[in-house]
Amino acid sequence: MSGAHAVAAPVGGIERWRPRASVLTRLPAEVRIAATFGYVVTVVLTPITAVWAFAAHAAVAVAVGALGRVRPLAAARRMLIELPFLAFAVALPFVVAGERTEFLGLTVSRDGLHQAFGLMARATLGVGLVIVLAATTPARELLTGLARLRMPPVIVAVASFMVRYSTLIVDQLHRMSVARAARCHRPRTIASTRVLAAALGSLFIRSYERGERVHLAMLARGYTGQLPEGLPRPPARPADWAVGGLFVTVGAAIALAGWAGAGGGW
Amino acid sequence: MHIPDGFIDAPTSAAFGVVAAAGVGYAVRRASAEAEDQVVPLAGLCAAFVFAGQMLNFPVALGTSGHLIGGTLAAVLVGPWLGAIAIAVVLLVQALFADGGLTALGLNITNMAVIGALGGYLLFRLALRLLPARLPSVPVAAGIAAFVTVPLAAAGFVAEFALGGTVDLPLGGVLGSMVGVHALIGVGEAVITAATVSLVIATRPDLVYGARHLVRQAPLEIRPSAVRAPSTAGQPADG
Repeated sequence: MSGAHAVAAPVGGIERWRPRASVLTRLPAEVRIAATFGYVVTVVLTPITAVWAFAAHAAVAVAVGALGRVRPLAAARRMLIELPFLAFAVALPFVVAGERTEFLGLTVSRDGLHQAFGLMARATLGVGLVIVLAATTPARELLTGLARLRMPPVIVAVASFMVRYSTLIVDQLHRMSVARAARCHRPRTIASTRVLAAALGSLFIRSYERGERVHLAMLARGYTGQLPEGLPRPPARPADWAVGGLFVTVGAAIALAGWAGAGGGW
Repeated sequence: MHIPDGFIDAPTSAAFGVVAAAGVGYAVRRASAEAEDQVVPLAGLCAAFVFAGQMLNFPVALGTSGHLIGGTLAAVLVGPWLGAIAIAVVLLVQALFADGGLTALGLNITNMAVIGALGGYLLFRLALRLLPARLPSVPVAAGIAAFVTVPLAAAGFVAEFALGGTVDLPLGGVLGSMVGVHALIGVGEAVITAATVSLVIATRPDLVYGARHLVRQAPLEIRPSAVRAPSTAGQPADG
């Protein structure tokens, strides 16, 4: 148990997903990124009073996950990332002002209850949809997709370095924590900050020196500040974009129906 | 903790997307002017370092632990421009892996890369100016800047919430609790930042961007050796 406290996981969070071939993986990454983003926007624009609209969104998200053959357990574990935020949402019904109502035997604010539901529904759907994207797209293809979506090349290049080297650096962190544990270091109190900060400092020096070595190696291979384009897949065809557009249209239709059914709200 | 989707309304998120893009764009321009072809490898490795560093848990008290946010630390170590790019890229990749909302990316980059790294570096330089111009002042100034930056980023969140929050919370209460809690987090951030910077200064002071003007860069010099090198000329080869 004490090991779990200080020892970083040997594998970084980035390359954890190994996508299985599915209908979704046939779509180019740029279409999937744009469609996910578009769909999340429609979720954010859906009025919180339309509870059934969120149920419809959730059904769409689950259906897409099933199409992409996402492992349900792994996705559920990944969704725990929003736990701290959910604690915040749970507090809302008690602190928001306004009309009181009974809920599970507690007196809570009716508006607060609605808003807590809306907050949780939107955040959960956002996380769920992005998990489907991440679980069906290797990191390398996500970066290609970003480049095709006209993300500035510098940012894509920096992100690709981060993705490539974070596994190495996280491993290095892990080796350092094993070395500390082997020397009977058990970080329990704030006094161990000194030791851990020293580890972080040496990790920085090693990362920086690795960056310098990589830079020199790149120069040796003729790098002039522009990374060569090595795109693994042909760009999206109009038919692919149509599929993505259809997906976002479904979300927009649900959001619009939510507005019509809710009769305003907000 | 990153802002998820739907917490701040769409127009405000879009507006801060523009702010974030402008901030990161400016950082890219300045970094390219400063480091030219080094930007990609150094910012990339720094992003990987911040990403890994956020996995290191520091015990606080009573079994709880916290991790570094890293904006000020990155800015002091590699400079504000590379640091801001690195933090923004960490947030971008995290958003693509469901940590922080995709539509809230602009908000998160504004708070943590623009306020966190660029603002943090500004505060660091201010603090450094008030302290004696010696190398040991650098970790102290970094700690002070980290301590102030964390509640400042929280205040950035409160400003975004005031403009486009989707829940009816009293603004004063949100400001009080967010800044209060983050002042506590700031203490931890300050301790870790100062201790880490001080270690790097102890081993490789030349790497710390924020200390460059204090490190005496000794030029390489040729020191003729007092001992005469043994002459090998004219000696028979072993054989």
